Amino acid sequence: MNVTIVDYNSGNISSVINSFKEVAKDKVNIEVTSDLNKIKSSDKVVLPGQGSFKSCVDALNNIDGLTDILNELTMINKKPLLGICVGLQMFADIGYEETETKGLGWIAGKVSKIDNQNGKFKLPHIGWNQINIIKDSKIFKDINNNSHMYFVHSYEFIPEDKNVISATIDYSSNIVCSVEKENIFGTQFHPEKSDKIGLKIINNFISL
Amino acid sequence: MLKNRIIPCLDVKNGRVVKGINFVDLKDAGDPVEQAKIYSDGGADEICFLDITASNENRNTIFDVVEKTSKKCFVPLTVGGGIRSVEDINRLLNCGADKVSINTAAVENSKVVIDSSKKFGSQCIVVAIDAKKNGDKWEVFTHGGRNNSGIDAIEYVKQMEENGAGELLVTSMDRDGTQVGYDIDLMSKISSRVNIPIIASGGVGNLDHLVEGIKLGKASAVLAASIFHYGKYSVKEAKEYLDSKGIPVRI
Repeated sequence: MNVTIVDYNSGNISSVINSFKEVAKDKVNIEVTSDLNKIKSSDKVVLPGQGSFKSCVDALNNIDGLTDILNELTMINKKPLLGICVGLQMFADIGYEETETKGLGWIAGKVSKIDNQNGKFKLPHIGWNQINIIKDSKIFKDINNNSHMYFVHSYEFIPEDKNVISATIDYSSNIVCSVEKENIFGTQFHPEKSDKIGLKIINNFISL
Repeated sequence: MLKNRIIPCLDVKNGRVVKGINFVDLKDAGDPVEQAKIYSDGGADEICFLDITASNENRNTIFDVVEKTSKKCFVPLTVGGGIRSVEDINRLLNCGADKVSINTAAVENSKVVIDSSKKFGSQCIVVAIDAKKNGDKWEVFTHGGRNNSGIDAIEYVKQMEENGAGELLVTSMDRDGTQVGYDIDLMSKISSRVNIPIIASGGVGNLDHLVEGIKLGKASAVLAASIFHYGKYSVKEAKEYLDSKGIPVRI
């Protein structure tokens, strides 16, 4: 099996690579590439993302044909895809970081700045927070409710259809931290930095 | 609920830990990779490496350390010391650092923070401030505490937030190494001045100091070196103590 981590100059992805390689060992081949043919032929795709919504969307669009391939893989071929942090946020129709930017539109909704309640809550939301699992998700197999995950973000994904939400966290309000829609999975937290429990989520995704 | 973080810091010189944990079963007490692994297995919320390598020719040793550590520790890794440019940051991130902490370069050239936070995102840019009290204000020092920039720390942090810093690592030079506790006044003044999280550093001698840093200093995270290195307390003991004082921690 081939799991491809899409390398589209979205910032620092070495931790994502290290964690997937650690979990995959020799069972699964982890490919890190922006090569369209390789992405097209992979069994599963990981879409990381750091920096701003706009910078990540711009970086995706900078690689000719990449969004078409991703659309085909996820929407038509129904290959499992895991979006991490801004990778998840880009599922939305639109994001408001820096300027209004069109997302991939895989899950209807928007990405807006977390309401810090006039400075009552620090932003970015950095650190370990406990997730509240509200829907059975395949990537949460053997993951206990209230497990700690590592977060670093200032924006939140607000999907229109609340049924896609698999977990939330409490930070100024209930913030979506995980979604599942058919073959599309996303985490606002960083499983690659969430210790053993995070590696388990990665393992769950690889084992789908 | 967001938990307060405990961050052990390791001083690394020429690729070796200078002040380290004294464990009898440690194969190589000077190996930063092994020590970082002990901390992460023990529940550290993040690991911080401070590279204090003095000579330029040995600077490369830290990259190797970061690369090896990031393959074994799956908690955030922050690396500071000697970072001068966006290119230095790029290289550390490529080796597997999750965040970099920038000290002197942030004072000397504001473009380093502006450009790097744009390029890599604020989430990986920590501005480290060495502050020393002078009368009723605190001044920012550079070059490992050797040079006084004369800049008012409380004004400086606001500017760093605007430049794109995602976090501030605040060290009180008056308290560093004294083990009498954080400079609470400094921490709380900075924390209320900015809306980004602050990490308190300098002066921890016991677990009550960690509690004070969070409760009174309003720090989101507490960094400590010697209380963990010399085996006085484990990270786990520190977390259990904070928990018993009603501070939310990841256990």
